[in-house]
Amino acid sequence: MLVHLQGAWNPWLGRLTLSQIPYHSPIVLGAFAFALLAAAPIVGLMTYYQKWGYLIREWITTLDHKKIGVMYIIIGLVMLLRGFIDGIMIRTQQLLADGPRSAAHLQAVHGYLPPFHFDQIYSSHGTIMIIFAVTVVLTGFQNIIVPLQIGARDMAFPYLNAVSLWLTAAGAALVMISLFIGDFSHAGWVGIVPLTELPYSPGVGVDYWDWALQLSSLGTTLGALNLITTIIMMRAPGMRWFRMPFFTWATLSTQTIGLTAFPVLGVALALLSCDRYLGTHFYTAGLGGNLMLYTDLFWIWGHPEVYFIILPAWGIMSEVIPTFSEKALFGYTVMVAATLSIAGLSWAVWLHHFFTMGAGPGVNLVFSVSTMLVGIPTGVKVFNWSLTLYRGRLRFETPMLWAIGALFLLLVGGLTGMMLAIPAINYTVHNSVFVVAHFHTMFLVSVFGIFAGLMYWFPKVFGFRLDERSGRRFFTFFSLGTVFVFAAMYTLGLMGMTRRLDYLYNPHWQALLIIQEFGIFLYCVSVFYFCKMIYVSIRDRAKEAHGQDVWRTSRTLEWMTLTPVPFYNFAVIPVVHGRDAWAMRRDSGLTATSPGDYEDINLPNNTIVPAMLGALAFGFGFGMVWRIWWLAGLSLLGIIGLVILRSFADDRGFTLTAATVRRMERNHEDTGIVTDHISPPVAELALFQ
Amino acid sequence: MSRTAHRLIGPEEPLWAPHHPEADPVSLHTLGFWLYMMSDALIFAALFAAYAVLDHPYNAAGGPQISDVVHPVAAFIQTVIIFTSVFAYSLAMVGLKAGNRAFVIGGLVAAVLLGAAFLGLELRDFAVLIAEGATPDRSGLLSVFFVLVATHGIHMVFGILWMLVMIVQVAMKGFTTAVVTRLLNLRIFWMFQASIWVCVFVFVYLNGAYR
Ligand code: HEM
Ligand SMILES: [Cu+2]
Repeated sequence: MLVHLQGAWNPWLGRLTLSQIPYHSPIVLGAFAFALLAAAPIVGLMTYYQKWGYLIREWITTLDHKKIGVMYIIIGLVMLLRGFIDGIMIRTQQLLADGPRSAAHLQAVHGYLPPFHFDQIYSSHGTIMIIFAVTVVLTGFQNIIVPLQIGARDMAFPYLNAVSLWLTAAGAALVMISLFIGDFSHAGWVGIVPLTELPYSPGVGVDYWDWALQLSSLGTTLGALNLITTIIMMRAPGMRWFRMPFFTWATLSTQTIGLTAFPVLGVALALLSCDRYLGTHFYTAGLGGNLMLYTDLFWIWGHPEVYFIILPAWGIMSEVIPTFSEKALFGYTVMVAATLSIAGLSWAVWLHHFFTMGAGPGVNLVFSVSTMLVGIPTGVKVFNWSLTLYRGRLRFETPMLWAIGALFLLLVGGLTGMMLAIPAINYTVHNSVFVVAHFHTMFLVSVFGIFAGLMYWFPKVFGFRLDERSGRRFFTFFSLGTVFVFAAMYTLGLMGMTRRLDYLYNPHWQALLIIQEFGIFLYCVSVFYFCKMIYVSIRDRAKEAHGQDVWRTSRTLEWMTLTPVPFYNFAVIPVVHGRDAWAMRRDSGLTATSPGDYEDINLPNNTIVPAMLGALAFGFGFGMVWRIWWLAGLSLLGIIGLVILRSFADDRGFTLTAATVRRMERNHEDTGIVTDHISPPVAELALFQ
Repeated sequence: MSRTAHRLIGPEEPLWAPHHPEADPVSLHTLGFWLYMMSDALIFAALFAAYAVLDHPYNAAGGPQISDVVHPVAAFIQTVIIFTSVFAYSLAMVGLKAGNRAFVIGGLVAAVLLGAAFLGLELRDFAVLIAEGATPDRSGLLSVFFVLVATHGIHMVFGILWMLVMIVQVAMKGFTTAVVTRLLNLRIFWMFQASIWVCVFVFVYLNGAYR
């Protein structure tokens, strides 16, 4: 039943041959050199300082939700950089390949990228940015912050949490390796059918895209059920539903979407895999396949997914804006209702992504109205944030700058979304770069939210502040870049430029393309300031060290913990008396982090199993992509066997005695920051002792 | 100092909850597992939607129609078997209440055997169809028929595997919290697969044969 493929295949290496390594492409070689250059010093330094053991003991095997969150964020930021480089390449190609007389470089007829390579770049750009950058960083924030905000010592399922992380990492690794072995999908991040079908995409690119998404979507689904259970079950005494910090509400809505939408993506992709591996006819152009089936399934996931991405960013804005306005969030209850209704509505609008595909006026009308309905709760939110700012004592520190920037972007993105929701308008601009500009403005709300969150919570997690000066420059250049790139892109869209073009036929677009490229230059400058910010902050970390409550006006429980947060979070679980629990305590003069007498704390041991599962999942994905059946089969058996084995281990966890807790907390009182770095032992090491 | 919209905490109010009990592991895992089942339900929802889309004579592409491939009587026997398996599992749960290991293991073994019989019938059904040339790659309609039924079948395989593991764990460890939690969740899983089968039976087999 397996599809018979043309071309070489052998049982050991599947379709993999030496010629699959694109060493003839100067661009890929350059990327490879860059990766080596970036990796070599890290590997070298790690070896020199003998940090590998530390890495494995404290990070790879950890079940601590904060460390897992940090790793999510690091993966996400690395992918964000990769996606950004893709973006530069796309913009540069379009700038160079404008008009019949445009010059040719390297192997291209116009510009410097041949069409097939260009198509792979925009596909990986979209996939990476949406699935592996923004989603992953935001998941990281939710991991770190939610248990702290609700006064819990960890997630409901710490082990599962690590599994989710490593599945995501496996997916990201698949995307990255596709750069150097074989190629990536050329069918867009949405995977246009029947282009993704075997006859039109006989290579491995679509399979890379498929399995990478599949693995990370599995990780996201498991993460979703973990966060929901955590929020429902692990709240501190007194933390009633309507006392929950707003970010926690945002997470609950987000993860409800995650739990219900991602399985649909899984099915959409699995059916595509059936077509590609077993020769079925779900989405084929003939023999009873149905192209619209894919389009519908994909967007039934796809639209909720865009809210999966933006709701946590709105949650961050709802924490940052009150803190730097020095007053409570305006209309908390309404905000909660708005967030929940957006999550609900997100399920009922998917067809607006293909108004033009002939569903008919009746159907289009329904989805047009439902899409516009989303604008109501979204508008409510904008007003609530504005009213939080109104007569607040505003402090424009970096997190606040990003949050305000996000507010403006939301306005632009939301209004253009409303335009697109009108089928009559949509028919004229669908598939133009106007749409691309719309969703970039929306995703940039998330990106601005991410940077707001990064600046805001960094001191809590690491114990020192990020440098304010370079942070401001970073913000300034990033925002200016956004204006130049996307103002021009909206205009080009209205002028009729369609999306995903490797060659532009209209030389009159040149001026606007140059403006966009200038915006890209500003983004590059901003990346420089980002790196500088990190460097300067680490260099001056002693000077910028801060205790408990860096911003002095923050309101939620995570600011009550010691800084950096010890791995048990709270020495004694606090009682919550109202909304904005920490602000209440602070204003009542009760800023102690613990009552002064301590108790034993039991936490799970570290374990290597989740990382091994991730490695096996990667092996499975790689084997499937290249049709190396033994590798895929063994990896799958390995996963099942490991899960069963682990279920036999009775891990009683690790007990931190009251005396140790006392020592750690007292130390903190003396020095202002946590100096002990105790963490649980690795469970598997016990097997060798 | 921020503007206070909230009340202040009085001196008599408790600030700390020392020895705050950790969440009860059984309810924690049960909630988590229900949520997991919800995502599983969505997998089936999407597959049933795909079935509804492709269940059209047009999608048979000139090949066998759905009424040519489904055998509702055989499927009814499968239905009886799967529910007997659920019944056997429920008996194991009675044994769990009584704390009787042998009883639990007996119930699980019966459930496994009945589950295997169910799968055997399904595989035989598939083999016959494939021999007749009604293969999944024949048409969109057959693709979705096979994939929907096989997805349920794969769930059954994992359920059986899980039961085998539980038989060993009950024998080895007895009724520890972890084992009991797993038995309870496996019950949810097993009943859920039976309910899904009812939907398959109704929408695919009955609806396909008698419309
Ligand atoms: C007020 C809320 C929103 C409305 C009314 C809206 C409306 C629309 C419409 C009608 C389209 C289809 C355009 C077309 O292809 O012709 C669209 C595309 C899109 N929107 Fe939105 N949108 C909203 C919010 C968002 C948010 C919050 C995000 C993400 C964070 C987002 C991301 C996207 C993406 C990714 C696409 C296009 C994907 C593609 O074709 O590749 N939108 N939006
Ligand atoms: Cu949408």
